[in-house]
Amino acid sequence: MNALLEMQGISKHFAGVKALSDVTFAVRPGEIHALVGENGAGKSTLMKVLSGVYPHGSYEGAIVFDGEERRFSDISASEALGIIIIHQELALVPLLSIAENIFIANPPGRFGIIDRGAVHRRTKELLAKVGLDESPDTLVTNIGVGKQQLVEIAKALSKKVRLLILDEPTASLSEKDSAALLDLLLEFKAQGIASILISHKLNEVSKVADRITVLRDGRAVDTLDCDDGAVEEDRIIAKMVDRDLEHRYPKRQPTIGEPIFKVSNWSAYHPLHSDRQVIKNVDFEVRRGEIVGIAGLMGAGRTEFAMSIFGRAWGQKISGRAEMEGREVDLSTVRRAIDAGLAYVTEDRKHLGLLLAEDIRKNVTLANLPAIAPGRIIDDMKELRVASDYRGRMHIRCHSVFQETGKLSGGNQQKVVLSKWLFTDPKVLILDEPTRGIDVGAKYEIYCIINELADAGKGVVVISSEMPELLGICDRICVMNEGAFVGEFPGAEASQEKIMRAIMRKGEQRPMEALA
Amino acid sequence: MSDTALKDKPQHAGFLKNNLREYGMLISLFAIMIFFEVVTNGTLMRPLNLTNLVLQNSYIVIMALGMLLVIVTGHIDLSVGSVAGFIGAVAAVLMVKFDVHYIPATVICLALGGLIGAAQGYWVAYFKIPSFIVTLAGMLVFKGLALAILAGQSVGPFPPTFQKLSSGFIPELGPETSGLYPTSLAVGALLALAMVWLNFRGRARQEAHHVETEPYGFFVAKNVALFGVITYFAYLIASHRGMPNVLIIMTALIALYAFVTTRTTIGRQIYAVGGNEKAAKLSGIKTERLTFLTFVNMGVLAALAGLVFAARLNTATPKAGLGFELDVIAACFIGGASAYGGVGRVGGAVIGALIMGVMNNGMSILGIGIDYQQVIKGLVLLGAVCLDVYNQRRA
Repeated sequence: MNALLEMQGISKHFAGVKALSDVTFAVRPGEIHALVGENGAGKSTLMKVLSGVYPHGSYEGAIVFDGEERRFSDISASEALGIIIIHQELALVPLLSIAENIFIANPPGRFGIIDRGAVHRRTKELLAKVGLDESPDTLVTNIGVGKQQLVEIAKALSKKVRLLILDEPTASLSEKDSAALLDLLLEFKAQGIASILISHKLNEVSKVADRITVLRDGRAVDTLDCDDGAVEEDRIIAKMVDRDLEHRYPKRQPTIGEPIFKVSNWSAYHPLHSDRQVIKNVDFEVRRGEIVGIAGLMGAGRTEFAMSIFGRAWGQKISGRAEMEGREVDLSTVRRAIDAGLAYVTEDRKHLGLLLAEDIRKNVTLANLPAIAPGRIIDDMKELRVASDYRGRMHIRCHSVFQETGKLSGGNQQKVVLSKWLFTDPKVLILDEPTRGIDVGAKYEIYCIINELADAGKGVVVISSEMPELLGICDRICVMNEGAFVGEFPGAEASQEKIMRAIMRKGEQRPMEALA
Repeated sequence: MSDTALKDKPQHAGFLKNNLREYGMLISLFAIMIFFEVVTNGTLMRPLNLTNLVLQNSYIVIMALGMLLVIVTGHIDLSVGSVAGFIGAVAAVLMVKFDVHYIPATVICLALGGLIGAAQGYWVAYFKIPSFIVTLAGMLVFKGLALAILAGQSVGPFPPTFQKLSSGFIPELGPETSGLYPTSLAVGALLALAMVWLNFRGRARQEAHHVETEPYGFFVAKNVALFGVITYFAYLIASHRGMPNVLIIMTALIALYAFVTTRTTIGRQIYAVGGNEKAAKLSGIKTERLTFLTFVNMGVLAALAGLVFAARLNTATPKAGLGFELDVIAACFIGGASAYGGVGRVGGAVIGALIMGVMNNGMSILGIGIDYQQVIKGLVLLGAVCLDVYNQRRA
């Protein structure tokens, strides 16, 4: 059978980081092809190459669609051929109606005057196709995420679709909505529309996919054919996992002491929806010299948990007890949390971590200005010494400490953020996705720094979506799902399969909870 | 290792290129001054005109200092002109109608300015209402209140001592010699010396810590030029009626704000809030309180400007302060402040205010009508900001 799409030898670099290397990937007409892999394996990058977000010339390799080589300059070029991508973050305008959203780019009508009757009629047809029973005039903001997802698909169907790409379509959907969506994919398949399904939920993938391609570290590791009989989840996980953990993580002999930081009965509510409890009465502790990992899927509540602890930087109606070195501490503002000995290194260093337009020096000292400013007047030479010192210790590669942080590579930016928090001399550090978007070499350096911190008697908490990373560096791994801890393993006993199962088990219980 | 790390000096040729942006504004100011000096046949730099230039623009410079901080935090204050006018009116009512002594009256006015800033800053900082809207409301409110308390009439004159705030000159200690005021000249020369001394001390400190410094020749030339220019202007000013009091106030404020913005923790934090509010907040900075305080500060400076302006006119009129906010905001943006926050220097805002002032003054001498003056000023503002954006893109 001739392939509808063939991506041949695709490679893509970002400022020194290799995101994709020599990926070959093919989709047959009318098949559902699942793309799985860990976070950062290159799935989204591959799809952005395909859809023209990264235009021809910014990657190596060739895209053959319908038997012809295509060179997309932007998204509209790929859309014209019927390649439609629906992103994880929905691209709907909340305050416009469903109909207006569907026909936002190309409303039917003449001379620039929109034919409202046609819009209404065609929207109704499209909504019927995706099985959404809503008035076309309903504002998108008034319907739930699951329905919004369907509107996105209806929008895709308003164009001529040959290949539908869905990036984590069920990540924020309930079990029921997910099932409906998957049924819809099967229906499209019957109509001859091919789809690429990116998903972390392996049970869903093995339910609907015809073939499954596994990406790992920017390479297509294998393509499994589901026609040969059902593919076991464990087999997919085994492919996703890089077994060779030996050389990617520095060795360390942990010396773990008494508990240093402890929270009990911690809960937090969503900042906008005050009735939605996101963190559900959680207990957590970290010991001196210990590296504790928090594993979980995206949206499990890990970042929300960390930020709610760190000076209530996330959420509302936060309650619970926090103890540092056995004494109860007040963490009600970021300043108090810092003073209590807590540091939080954000997952989003560009938006929440750095002053990108300022130099390394000013970023390093920002969270502890009093230390370089006796009497509130900055001793610029002392500041310079501090910054240069961290530059040397953390191996920040730059021309000088006067270089703008916005112009550094991801790994060096992360080292600047780490320097900033080390300069506050914390007792406990919470590192949220500390190696996201940085290359393998810099990752190793970050792991070494984490080890040093633990050896210096600090408590280190690492939140990561990369399970091998947690397995490689943590003494203990806690698994979070839906705002609660659902499993805990000593580092030596943990495995990806165990962690995944802990998450899935919880997921399987969900329908029962809904009934209760 | 860290020692060598500090020493990596850039190429000297690259130095000028890298710092062109910093000196670009200053060069533009001089170019504009020379241009008007030539086309007005030397009228611009005549001692009398130069003194007028200072008096005419002092209140714009004073407000630009506060506006810079507001803009750096990523906000805007449209109400400053109305607040200045309103405070001038309050001062007139207090001193003229109620015979309040000028010292308590001044204190009351400055405190009232702070209160007005606090009232506006409260909504902006804690309720997250866009500053554009809050201060637009403030602009209407205080314009109206000024009209109300003056009952639509001009109130004056002010007590003579209060007038000295704007129209007074520093007392002359020595004997007057051939129309030159030696004390004023000496003050100017001392100021120039102090600046040169600070520059040399800073350089010595940097060298002691192996920080890269600008080329020595350039550094010396810069200081010679700085000393020359300041003493020359002091000489010109001193040969009319001496240093105006308001020039002293202005210089002191400029020095204070330059110091606060560059060398203190609060200054650093203000830039951090404007550069990335979320990151600043997660670094333990009280972002709301800082935003609030920049508005309080703006209110006090607007009040001071209002007093200076009222003292200069010697009456409070309902029209006082009309359109000041435009000149003040333009000064900041011409001076290189970013509309997105986080970027801007005190020196830049002052130079921006002087560029506007020199253009106003020069064009008036040339007899260009107020109509085309505004057209030209508008185009200069747009041009300056475009140039800045272009430079940043290229970098």
